[in-house]
Amino acid sequence: MSKQYETVIGLEVHVELATRTKIFCGCSTAFGGAPNTHTCPVCTGMPGSLPVLNKRVVELALAVGLATNCQINQYCKFDRKNYFYPDNPQNYQISQLYLPICHDGGVEIETPEGGKKIIGIHEIHMEEDAGKLIHDDWEDCSLVDFNRSGVPLIEIVSEPDMRSAEEVIAYLDKLRLIIQYLGASDCKLQEGSMRADVNLSVREAGAKEFGTRTEMKNLNSFKAIARAIEGEKARQIDLIEAGKPVIQETRRWDDTKEYSYAMRSKEDAQDYRYFPDPDLVPVIISDEMIDATKARQPEFRDEKMARYMEEFGLPAYDADILTGTKKLADIFEATTAICHNPKKVSNWLMVETMRLLKDREMDADKIRFSPEHLAALIQLTEEGTINSSVAKEVFEHVFDEDVDPQAYVEEHGLKMDNDSDALTSTIEEIVAANPQSVADYKAGKKKAVGFLVGQTMKATQGKANPAMINKILTEILDKM
Amino acid sequence: MANIISDETIEYVGILAKLELSAEEKEAAKSDMGRMLDYIDKLNELDTSGVEPMSHVFPVHNVFREDVVTNGDDRANMLANAPEERDGQYQVPKTVE
Amino acid sequence: MDILKYTAVELGRKIKDKELTAVEATQAVLDRIDSVENTVHAYVTVDREGALKKAAQIQKKIENGELTGPLAGVPVAIKDNMCTEGMLTTCSSKILYNFVPTFTAEAVKNLEAAGAVIIGKTNMDEFAMGSTTETSAYGVTRNPWNPDHVPGGSSGGSCAAVAAGECFYALGSDTGGSIRQPSSFCGVTGIKPTYGTVSRYGLIAYGSSLDQIGPVAKDVTDCATILEIIASHDLKDSTSVERETNFTDALVDDVKGMRIGIPRDYLGEGLDSEVKEAILSAAKVLEAKGAIVEEFDLSLVEYAIPAYYVIASAEASSNLSRFDGVKYGYRSEDYEGLHNMYKKSRSEGFGPEVKRRIMLGSFVLSSGYYDAYYLKALRTKALIKKAFDEAFAKYDVILGPAAPYTAPKLGESLSDPIQMYLGDIYTISVNLAGLPGMTVPCGMDSKGLPIGLQLIGDCFKENNIIRAGYTFEQSREMVMPNMKGVE
Repeated sequence: MSKQYETVIGLEVHVELATRTKIFCGCSTAFGGAPNTHTCPVCTGMPGSLPVLNKRVVELALAVGLATNCQINQYCKFDRKNYFYPDNPQNYQISQLYLPICHDGGVEIETPEGGKKIIGIHEIHMEEDAGKLIHDDWEDCSLVDFNRSGVPLIEIVSEPDMRSAEEVIAYLDKLRLIIQYLGASDCKLQEGSMRADVNLSVREAGAKEFGTRTEMKNLNSFKAIARAIEGEKARQIDLIEAGKPVIQETRRWDDTKEYSYAMRSKEDAQDYRYFPDPDLVPVIISDEMIDATKARQPEFRDEKMARYMEEFGLPAYDADILTGTKKLADIFEATTAICHNPKKVSNWLMVETMRLLKDREMDADKIRFSPEHLAALIQLTEEGTINSSVAKEVFEHVFDEDVDPQAYVEEHGLKMDNDSDALTSTIEEIVAANPQSVADYKAGKKKAVGFLVGQTMKATQGKANPAMINKILTEILDKM
Repeated sequence: MANIISDETIEYVGILAKLELSAEEKEAAKSDMGRMLDYIDKLNELDTSGVEPMSHVFPVHNVFREDVVTNGDDRANMLANAPEERDGQYQVPKTVE
Repeated sequence: MDILKYTAVELGRKIKDKELTAVEATQAVLDRIDSVENTVHAYVTVDREGALKKAAQIQKKIENGELTGPLAGVPVAIKDNMCTEGMLTTCSSKILYNFVPTFTAEAVKNLEAAGAVIIGKTNMDEFAMGSTTETSAYGVTRNPWNPDHVPGGSSGGSCAAVAAGECFYALGSDTGGSIRQPSSFCGVTGIKPTYGTVSRYGLIAYGSSLDQIGPVAKDVTDCATILEIIASHDLKDSTSVERETNFTDALVDDVKGMRIGIPRDYLGEGLDSEVKEAILSAAKVLEAKGAIVEEFDLSLVEYAIPAYYVIASAEASSNLSRFDGVKYGYRSEDYEGLHNMYKKSRSEGFGPEVKRRIMLGSFVLSSGYYDAYYLKALRTKALIKKAFDEAFAKYDVILGPAAPYTAPKLGESLSDPIQMYLGDIYTISVNLAGLPGMTVPCGMDSKGLPIGLQLIGDCFKENNIIRAGYTFEQSREMVMPNMKGVE
């Protein structure tokens, strides 16, 4: 490769909105139903059925638009996108082309070089999801399940502002956090509630004109996206270097083969014949609705991070981790509100919670324990009711089963032993049995105390209060 | 006829509309569509500059449903008319190679 | 008196007064069907057992006071593009040859709640595309006044069934004149209400922005009564509107001071002289009863048909894409792969007129033509609406013919589609502007075929046309075909 190339990337991100029902009918959006059990005449395209817009979809789309600094089309409409495919029951998808709800926004990302950069958002529109096709190789047929048909989506179309896989990941992560913080979607790539199509072209460094772009679909993890970008970039550069044209087309990324394949067919004319859907009426978004949505906006990640550092004195690294998913931030705040000990709460989340998440191969948003129980555990350690090794053991049960730590400690007899008479006689026995250590101590080897403390803990099966052992032991030794 | 519809156009529209026309039907379609477009071209006599396209006759807007589940499992009914059905799903010719 | 001569409202009263039962009325209709249906062929489906069973149930409810409405127990026919749960609904197309809906259209539900006895589903032009009911995949319907002539369309089956006494009233649908033109050809009364008055939920769409369901019956009283029952603000139809529906209040024999305009554009070239004469004499009747009648220039009339065919075909091409052999209806026996299955099922399932409109509609929406055709048509629609707005600033009612001629002979119309489309010139702009329109019989031509008077009102002003139609109707006897040669 003799020349320098620049990669130009734009993203079309589809996000499933967290509504109870579909965009145009009263069917549930819940996952996991048997095929076609969440369907009705509307979302299976029965003759005579008509769509009615779910108000919540507009509210969530508007919230995302405002949070990504978009302009709002206060008069917006739905259009039909016409194409035949079995997962599309009406053979048209209801979407927005001419007047999408949001346009001309953008979000700031941190570039790999450490700078900041705005990624422009061309538009955000509302649309319906398609059903699911299952391919049966034995019977040489496909089966259609319309449970996902009509699930509300927003499509966030970026400007071609990204130049590397790192920037793409940073942009996606930014969108994910904004949308999760809004509660508008859980944004999971693996489960398909967030999907990204990558538009990519390359051009010689310094060129003004964009090269011919391709669109890549079927990218369901950050890693797949990064690999697909590298793979497609290399493919296009190879073509250009060989003097061959890049063809504008849609390609399907095969992550196992690390190669994209053209999805063309002579039966796909790519002429969607958009026109305003006559079955739906325009949506008018009032100034009041915009103001109210803005007023309801939550504290987003950047503000939260700054506040954690300022208000709780957390280091930047900790604040970054804690705000990295909404779930962790929520637990942190709720627990701190109960026990007023942000440093300890942060510590439990940063260390033990992270360790267990990794060990159990879980995402943070799957955390089940309640802030009340974490706060109670912190309380128990602060009061000296349990010692730190016991606390870790109890926390595992809080983490896995959300047990009440107070009850658990009682039930399993894990309280620290604070009976000083009993402890004093135990220590006296240990001191008597270890004259060498006593001699070492008297000779100025203060470390010898450690051995005696360890022996005492062993004798009390870990239940003794270490602070109390230290105190009594020092008194005894000093009297000798 | 001012509008001459080519074979390619009829072929293309056939792909969009998923209609397969016989040779005879194609010829008829070319002539019918050409004549209709000639007739429709009459609209060009009208000066419509500055006129907003009117999709809906009445200014009705913001017709919404609340986000409340109203439908239960009605699969048997949804599949009742399916030409081919298997395992609670609509069966179609294979969509991938 | 022959039961079948009663209007729907008269029959309803007789049943309520215990002079007749719903079962007797239903049996009378079924007997009539037995004797004339071979010739008329107004129905695609007749549900004999279902109708008799329902009639018996309704009779009980009437007797124990559960049903008290004016049409309780009266047999009705439904155009075959309205979904009826458990009853075949074909749109007179092969592509829906076996389609049994799992829900009922809202308008039909409203009738059922009022105690209607559904006799069956009436024939129509395939997917309501046509003006003669000859494009049906299930054979032509013949005009009860003369079986050599068409009943008009697309609600030809509904209008013929009413004229032939094969039901007491019917529901039709009107996208470009499909209630008013066949009502004119069959000598019956029909209303296309203001867009949004009757729910479209369960009406299998042709041109969604133009389609409206409306009543077809023997007189204006029936139509107003039926419309009052079927009109509802339906939350399942986003284009349904909340409005006054007290249509029977307008059944008043009085047009004093009513301003009636006759568009000169409706009386020019192409209008049959006998039709013209009948229309003008009807206007004289209203004038004699105190209306202020004058001619005026409506303008833009010749642009309505091209604008309509762009809009309706575009919407139809999209609305009918769901018929693909996957979820319901016809799937070709013999195909290779998915796209071939689509193409074969659709090509074998749709008739020529439907294919013609799907092709045209797909073309006008295709890349590069959207602005020139589709947006141009929507702009023209805006101008047509404005022309009507200006007219209704001066007039309460616009009066004219429903069709340029009386019913043509079978087989004369389909050979030249554009010529057939031109026949809708007086009805089509009403749909583009969303207005209410009504056809009332106003005479016979020298061939013994009925002539229909069209009354057009401003949006939501059905009561003006109902009052004018009712007043006019008082001046003449109701005439129904004797069907002597048919039975």
